[in-house]
Amino acid sequence: MASLKPDAAPGKAPAKVRFRDPQIEMAHGAGGIASRRLIEGLFAPLLLGSANEPLGDSARVEIAGAQVAITADCFVVKPLRFPGGSIGELAINGTVNDLAVSGARPQSIVATFILEAGLATEVLEAEVRAMAQAARQAGVTVAGGDTKVVEHGKADGMYITTTGVGSFLSGVHINPRSVRPGDKVLLSGPIGDHGITILLARGELDLEADLCSDTRSVFPLVEAMAIAAGPGIRWMRDPTRGGVATSLNELARDCGLGLHLNEDKIPVRDSVRGACELLGLDPLHIANEGQFLAVVAPEYADLALNALCQADGGAEAVMIGEVHQQPAGSVLITTEYGGSRIIDMLVGDPLPRIC
Amino acid sequence: MKFVDEFRDPEVITRTAEEIRRLADPNRHYRLMEVCGGHTHAIYRFGLKDILPPNIELIHGPGCPVCVLPMGRIDDGLSLAQDPDVIFSAFGDMMRVPGTQGSPLEHKARGMDVRIVYSPSDALKLAKANPDKHVMFFAIGFETTAPSSALTLMRAKAEGIRNFSLFCNHVTIIPAIRAILDSPDMRLDAFIGPGHVSTVIGCRPYEWIAKDEHKPIAVSGFEPLDLLQSIVMLLRQLKAGEAKVENQYKRVVPWEGNRAALRAMAEVFELRPYFEWRGLGFISQSALRIRDSYAEWDSEQRFSIAGVRVTDPKAAQCGEVLKGVLKPAQCKLFGRECTPEHPVGALMVSSEGSCAAYYNYEHRKAMATSLAWPA
Repeated sequence: MASLKPDAAPGKAPAKVRFRDPQIEMAHGAGGIASRRLIEGLFAPLLLGSANEPLGDSARVEIAGAQVAITADCFVVKPLRFPGGSIGELAINGTVNDLAVSGARPQSIVATFILEAGLATEVLEAEVRAMAQAARQAGVTVAGGDTKVVEHGKADGMYITTTGVGSFLSGVHINPRSVRPGDKVLLSGPIGDHGITILLARGELDLEADLCSDTRSVFPLVEAMAIAAGPGIRWMRDPTRGGVATSLNELARDCGLGLHLNEDKIPVRDSVRGACELLGLDPLHIANEGQFLAVVAPEYADLALNALCQADGGAEAVMIGEVHQQPAGSVLITTEYGGSRIIDMLVGDPLPRIC
Repeated sequence: MKFVDEFRDPEVITRTAEEIRRLADPNRHYRLMEVCGGHTHAIYRFGLKDILPPNIELIHGPGCPVCVLPMGRIDDGLSLAQDPDVIFSAFGDMMRVPGTQGSPLEHKARGMDVRIVYSPSDALKLAKANPDKHVMFFAIGFETTAPSSALTLMRAKAEGIRNFSLFCNHVTIIPAIRAILDSPDMRLDAFIGPGHVSTVIGCRPYEWIAKDEHKPIAVSGFEPLDLLQSIVMLLRQLKAGEAKVENQYKRVVPWEGNRAALRAMAEVFELRPYFEWRGLGFISQSALRIRDSYAEWDSEQRFSIAGVRVTDPKAAQCGEVLKGVLKPAQCKLFGRECTPEHPVGALMVSSEGSCAAYYNYEHRKAMATSLAWPA
């Protein structure tokens, strides 16, 4: 999830709170416009002193002269286990991915467990085992943690929060403001698998599909791309809640340029498309846990794409669009037959349309 | 994806768009109304306006059930659910629709037991799983969703499930089209007929539009090619000076409708003498209520309901937009007080509502491509 970038000048007077919503709604956690308003209007001005810096997936802090990437994430998912993954695996991969797309090699994670009284030990053990395995696979250590137990009925079984640290890859500089017209937009693979898997796994829909969450560490892909095209990488993001549409809108606003996407280039599995058609959802707004977006300088775009495609798990990577001057601050998607529309951030939670 | 990809084939779409350009008389302005909100959404989503000639104007009709529901009905439904023993259930479509004290989602955030269901039968399952609670299903929709409401009540009665009731807001499409045609400030050339509604009612109920009002109508599917083919059908009729009902959506819509669905509706529902439509006012025989034989499952008969009437904010011009007299952006509140995130009028709530569709896809595009959109 988005972390808060500390302001350069400590001790500066806090900026004004602009968040005016009377109460917290589910939408404030859905990753879309409301989430951004909460972060930029309340957290950033009070905790960071300034909300003017673009918010990245990790913060850059200096410790004893060394630059370190640090990120925090929390995981609340119902059901705890779903096809292709579980909350424990998500907690590791989600944290690892926030570091990876900040251009950092994930090193170490600490985790906090908020457990609901009455949670079966075997359920907890399974999740801790899943975390251990995911950490081994991702090459990170779990260095410590904390445990709290809350009353029965309070935490959907368990919540996990994490903090991850990583070291920056040399020669990779991620900054949305370095994005220029002519840059290419890359996507690591098909979108929407995770969000639709969770929706179906809740069992409220009487819909079945042969579909798995895409949860995985994207660091090997990022690393392959960095080796081949490091100096050309301008920006990366893992499009979790709010989906590709929200991540790219944040970029468009941060860099003040227009992002043009080709709809037919964006890979979406048939089962995800089918579920989205049925429920009136847009795959571009659906969460992913194992994909990332990158904006790469044009002269490095082919190198970056080839590196991705040849890396393990990157065969479905594609170039989905290009950066233009206009429409400034927006994402425009063009269909194969020449129609176009503006893609906005997710507003609220994605709600199925029935009638 | 079968039955979808065929209707999004770029080559066929380009050919059909060319045919539309050939058929359209450049000296004539065409005003075609798409009755159904699903069509409005599809037109924007697929960017169809970009490939139509500028003298074909598509006007959004009244076929968005969320949009035509008066705010007082939402207040009535939510007031019942103030009781901690009541679970309020509804489609996702309803969840962000504002009542005077906020939307169902906002009530949920304050502690009300509000559940999103995907069909009324899921709400009935909820009642079975929560025997100590009363589950109310807030039913909305045209003839598309009314049959599943009817079947659910038939099942509740057959199984004797008594902790379940339905707050009926089902409306019927034909009186709404008649109200539009009766409106003196309305000039339309033809109709793109609703697809999903017609799977239930068939094509016959539209015959008066062709016969008495001399307006062509083509019942249409929801894919880009469906809509373009329907426009071709309408232009051909207009060119030939004809007016008839055509069925473009034959793969789904039987001419005679779905008899089993109509029978279920007739078993459970009867016409209300009149019903208030947001933006259109009171329309006689335009909505359904639950028959006395199902009174026990009728929220309105079972509980005392205030029957709140809430007038829309004066500045909101939902009615004019709903009737196609004004374009969404011509409303005084559009894009300022009234946005998809903070809707004032209902047309801004549902993504099928013409204001939300216009805002999401068209308005921002116009803003963005004319000058810079504030970053």
